Amino acid sequence: MFVRDMRNEARQLPAAVDAAPTERGIGHRGAYVYDAPVRLWHWVNAAAILMLALTGYLIGTGTPAMSGQASGNFLFGYIRFAHFSAGYVLSVGFVLRIYSALIGNRHATQIFCVPLWRGCFWREVHYEIRRYGFLAIEPDRRVGHNPLAQLAMFLMFTQTITFMIVTGFALYGQGAGSDSWQDRLFGWVFSIWPNSQDVHTWHHLGLWVILVFVLVHIYAVIREDIMSRRSISSMISGEREFRD
Amino acid sequence: MGGATETLYSVIRRQGITRRSFHKFCSLTAASLGLGPLAASTIADALETKPRVPVIWLHGLECTCCSESFIRSAHPLIKDTLLSMISLDYDDTIMAAAGEQAEAILEEARAKYKGKYVLAVEGNPPLKQGGMFCIDGGKPFVEKLRSMAEESMAIIAWGTCASWGCVQAAKPNPTGAAPIDQVIKNKPIIKVPGCPPIAEVMSGLVTFITTFGKLPELDRQGRPKMFYSERIHDKCYRRSHFDAGQFVEEWDDECARKGYCLYKMGCKGPTTYNACSALRWNGGVSFPIQSGHGCLSCSEDGFWDKGSFYDRLTTIKQFGIEKNADQIGMAAAGVVGLTVAAHAAVTAVKRLTNKPDRTAPPK
Repeated sequence: MFVRDMRNEARQLPAAVDAAPTERGIGHRGAYVYDAPVRLWHWVNAAAILMLALTGYLIGTGTPAMSGQASGNFLFGYIRFAHFSAGYVLSVGFVLRIYSALIGNRHATQIFCVPLWRGCFWREVHYEIRRYGFLAIEPDRRVGHNPLAQLAMFLMFTQTITFMIVTGFALYGQGAGSDSWQDRLFGWVFSIWPNSQDVHTWHHLGLWVILVFVLVHIYAVIREDIMSRRSISSMISGEREFRD
Repeated sequence: MGGATETLYSVIRRQGITRRSFHKFCSLTAASLGLGPLAASTIADALETKPRVPVIWLHGLECTCCSESFIRSAHPLIKDTLLSMISLDYDDTIMAAAGEQAEAILEEARAKYKGKYVLAVEGNPPLKQGGMFCIDGGKPFVEKLRSMAEESMAIIAWGTCASWGCVQAAKPNPTGAAPIDQVIKNKPIIKVPGCPPIAEVMSGLVTFITTFGKLPELDRQGRPKMFYSERIHDKCYRRSHFDAGQFVEEWDDECARKGYCLYKMGCKGPTTYNACSALRWNGGVSFPIQSGHGCLSCSEDGFWDKGSFYDRLTTIKQFGIEKNADQIGMAAAGVVGLTVAAHAAVTAVKRLTNKPDRTAPPK
């Protein structure tokens, strides 16, 4: 019901708003860009990734030895439990996010659907690269992602997270056993890499791709807030303000 | 050669083994295969009525460790398997015949048991230079393998060599050694990886095929599920230390003496499918982790090419220098971090120099 309400709202607001930014406050031009499911997903997803990255790194490297009897400790078990739980949260969130992209406004589909076949898209990517290379100084006045950001989001985030979910569940299926649904659904990964050590390695590299993405993402958002005066808070309020 | 129509029971009765001992053997075999209480009588019935399965055992590029392991089987005893259960018609390593006599037996067996024999292959064929790196009886081994596989019922790929390629197929693989399933495509292939496989896994598999006259259920990789459906890690007796977060840090530290988990010492148990932690070796005496050393993952694909046996993370060679995923990731994150910082600095400088009219400094 929540999603349905948002869809109605989404239909009413951004379709009109995107075309011509309206006055939504004194001296501020703004537009409703990220609907509530997208915002909620963003922060749940960010928390899950933080948890997954920390626990994943610990699982990969091991913890310092705990003293006492094995029966009195369950540290590594808890770390792995946290990793798997956060993995489930991330995966369910990602599936719901795909659903919201199907029913939500056009900004919700940006990270899934990139018009790679359009010439004008690539011209705009080229322009954005010039802008980040300090060769063009016109500030970004887009309501949603600019084409370069959209491309980075699609290549580094959407693809990597999909890869991490698939390999993550495949590895989980090894522990859950060959008759588990995880193995039935994702076990084909081991037809590509018969030795699961390779899957571990790729899953591990995925962590670093996500980390690099997070670095660039946070930097670009803060920089845009300052340089183009596009509000960073739009992922909280949903509204993109242009403060000039 | 005349044993094709003989049953196992008639053979062992002739050898003076009592019916009582025969049934004891059936019960023990049923237990070691993990079958139910009724299976003992099924086994007995099968061995009394079914003709012995002819087995032809070929050797390609290999070290004979599979044969060495096989002859140490305790449950069932190799004597029982070899002399009674199967009709091992050809095995050039342990047969009495040699030279042309041996080759003649091979041809004879191929013609006589057409479509009925099991072809057990130890080792693998090299494919480069027309297969000349392994000449067997004056011909490249790959030709012998192809011709014998053609008339076989099924193929058992003994060991990691035949299943995955093993050391002779490790990079750069100068002889082009290839696992059996890359050479023979039209026959059922049972992979029994391990370097070597556990003796009881080998004899247990042979017993299963002889007893039930069919191939066991195989997993996605073509390995028998009854022995390869779980990882070393899943049944490791040190698993409780893994879950507790108690790891050995050095080979001679206190934790090693206490028998903690060898995960941080590079134990490959969590990525290795084999029965070592359940069946163990040498009649159940021990297995590597019990003896204080991590698993090398000898039954997995390409285990020679995954870097050190003492690292959890695979060495990635594409970057010129040997690095693992963490080192590469940290380097990439560092480079990107520095780039971001530099970009931010340039942005700030540009902003200060290009827009002197702006009074408020950027937040």
